[in-house]
Amino acid sequence: MLEIKNIHASVEGKEILKGINLSVKAGEVHVLMGPNGSGKSTLSNVIVGNPQYTVTAGTITFNGKDLLAMPPEDRSHEGIFMSYQQPVEIPGVSMNNFMRAAVNAKRKYQGLPPISGGDFLKMVKEKRELVGLDAGLTRRSVNEGFSGGEKKRNEIFQMAMLEPLLTILDETDSGLDVDALRIVAEGFNKLRTPDTAAICITHYQRMLDYIRPDIVHVMLDGRIVRTGGPDLAYRIESEGFDWLKE
Amino acid sequence: MQFLEARGLPTRKDERYKYTDVAAVLEPDFGLNLGRLSLQFDPRQTYRCRVPGLGSSVHYVVGDSVAESNVLIDDGSLFVGSMVEFAQRYPDILRAYYNKVEGDSLAALNTLLVQDGLVIRVAKGRKVADLLQIVNLSVGSVPMLANRRQLIIMEQGAEASILNCNHSATRCSNLATEVVEGVLAEGSHLQYYSVEETTNNCNLLNTTQFVQHESSKLDYASITLNSGLSRRTINITLDGTHAQTAVSGLVLANDNRHIDNNLLVVHNAPLCSSDILYKYVLDGSSIGAFAGKVLVNAQAQKTDSQETNANLCVSPTARMFTQPMLEIYADDVKCNHGSTVGQLDDTALFYMAQRGITPEEGRLLLQQAFAWDVLQRIDLLPLRQRLMHMVEERFRRGAGACGDCVMCAG
Ligand SMILES: Nc1ncnc2c1ncn2[C@@H]1O[C@H](COP(=O)(O)OP(=O)(O)OP(=O)(O)O)[C@@H](O)[C@H]1O
Ligand SMILES: [Mg+2]
Repeated sequence: MLEIKNIHASVEGKEILKGINLSVKAGEVHVLMGPNGSGKSTLSNVIVGNPQYTVTAGTITFNGKDLLAMPPEDRSHEGIFMSYQQPVEIPGVSMNNFMRAAVNAKRKYQGLPPISGGDFLKMVKEKRELVGLDAGLTRRSVNEGFSGGEKKRNEIFQMAMLEPLLTILDETDSGLDVDALRIVAEGFNKLRTPDTAAICITHYQRMLDYIRPDIVHVMLDGRIVRTGGPDLAYRIESEGFDWLKE
Repeated sequence: MQFLEARGLPTRKDERYKYTDVAAVLEPDFGLNLGRLSLQFDPRQTYRCRVPGLGSSVHYVVGDSVAESNVLIDDGSLFVGSMVEFAQRYPDILRAYYNKVEGDSLAALNTLLVQDGLVIRVAKGRKVADLLQIVNLSVGSVPMLANRRQLIIMEQGAEASILNCNHSATRCSNLATEVVEGVLAEGSHLQYYSVEETTNNCNLLNTTQFVQHESSKLDYASITLNSGLSRRTINITLDGTHAQTAVSGLVLANDNRHIDNNLLVVHNAPLCSSDILYKYVLDGSSIGAFAGKVLVNAQAQKTDSQETNANLCVSPTARMFTQPMLEIYADDVKCNHGSTVGQLDDTALFYMAQRGITPEEGRLLLQQAFAWDVLQRIDLLPLRQRLMHMVEERFRRGAGACGDCVMCAG
């Protein structure tokens, strides 16, 4: 599904990613761990096409298509979703208008007519319940004044609405209380199908107990230095990253 | 007249006109309809401009003439009709209220040239349920100067809502001078909304003056969706205790438009409040100017005043001049003022793009949200919704598309 080959990327002239190779197949859940500043969010942003990050070398294909040649909105339409580490507040734009624009943009890309008002509200209600998002929040401005946990929950709600093929969860677990984490993780699991895949960035084992990853990668200073099974995450939880730095 | 002779027209050296060159606007050789020719034009055929969900009575002013097809209202407690008619029926009332604007050469010029106007008088205790709508149309097959006048008399406890719309039915360049004078007697409540949706050929010089007495309440908003050069001078005087005024402005400008709002709110009595919000969305090479002065005189203790001017320059060549001012001579007051000039938020645009929303649609959502904020202050829900729709259409389809009139749709 996703093939990343030798990606180098920089921010403001400073090289952050120094040759990333990663292959994600449909049905898989990958975990990306690594110390603060190692480049995990940078890699996510490069995948979704954030213009702040410049790719200086390498290729990324998604279901055979050249991802780097696509504008960010088309990457979204193709089925890539990133749950933000820090979701963005958009004062004045209601969640409903925002989501409706997003859903209709995707439908247009797929050659479908805009969704009817009734169908949209039904969909919102269904997905909201799936992730336990308060009804009041969908009537408010996007993320404005939401608590840290509400913002994260709102990201998963948006994921549910857009039904992506590949989801990148960038520290979706941080900021969630124990119950919220369970609800969000269970919601995420319900959205999984054999056709979808995920990259889950986290610092904690907690999230992994729910989502049961297949493959764990460790990033250090812009490179993936170790790839293994779920036990790798347990070892990092107890021993940290020092043993990986030679 | 004497004032006009003594002072001449304002120049950019005048503090209140430093952003707008009036002489340049008046320079072309305009035609004046002195012969009172009836313009063969039935506005009812083309300009319905209805607000869905609101009962309204519509009165047309075509060029500078109060349309003959208007239905005169005079039921004893409500008068809506031409000034000429009003002068015949109520000469004393007219004399008491007409032409009280002082120190304004453009208003003086209008007084000199004006031949008719509209009077809305709401007598003591009368609460007008329907929206009173005034549609001003710029017309003419040669460049014309139209001089329009409105007099609004709100007697004790009276209530009314007025929607004033400016449209254009000509492709010729033209200029309108407008003077709106209003008095709000004790306990009266007036909502006055002015929508400008003409063309880049239509220039406007407007002077609006409201005097408010005890416990009166004014909600004023001007919404500039499309126009040529537009200059509004707004003077609001709070003369009675507990008077409240909310002044709002929304400006959407593109190309090389020039929109200038110059506001003066004078607090002369204690315990009054003024709440001012102006927002501009400037695209292309447009120029926006806002100057808003709140003057709190010594006797106006316990004044509560809030003034905000927020501006969005969506293109690098758009320019905004902003000057909120406070002048306070009382010591026990609560006053705030501030202004901002910003660009569209790239982080928000990218967040939307990640969700599949194209940059064009994202820009639209952000501009619309910024603009709608002003419309939230309009109490009449159907009108607010109608204006929200018009703003959305304006952003979506560009200037000059309100979607209702034949002119706009064509
Ligand atoms: N927009 C940006 N502007 C400047 N520097 C940036 C930007 N984004 C990332 N960086 C820098 O790139 C490096 C990698 O940051 P990144 O956010 O990818 O780390 P991370 O692995 O996600 O860390 P964390 O675990 O703290 O989230 C850091 O040194 C960071 O300061
Ligand atoms: Mg990060």
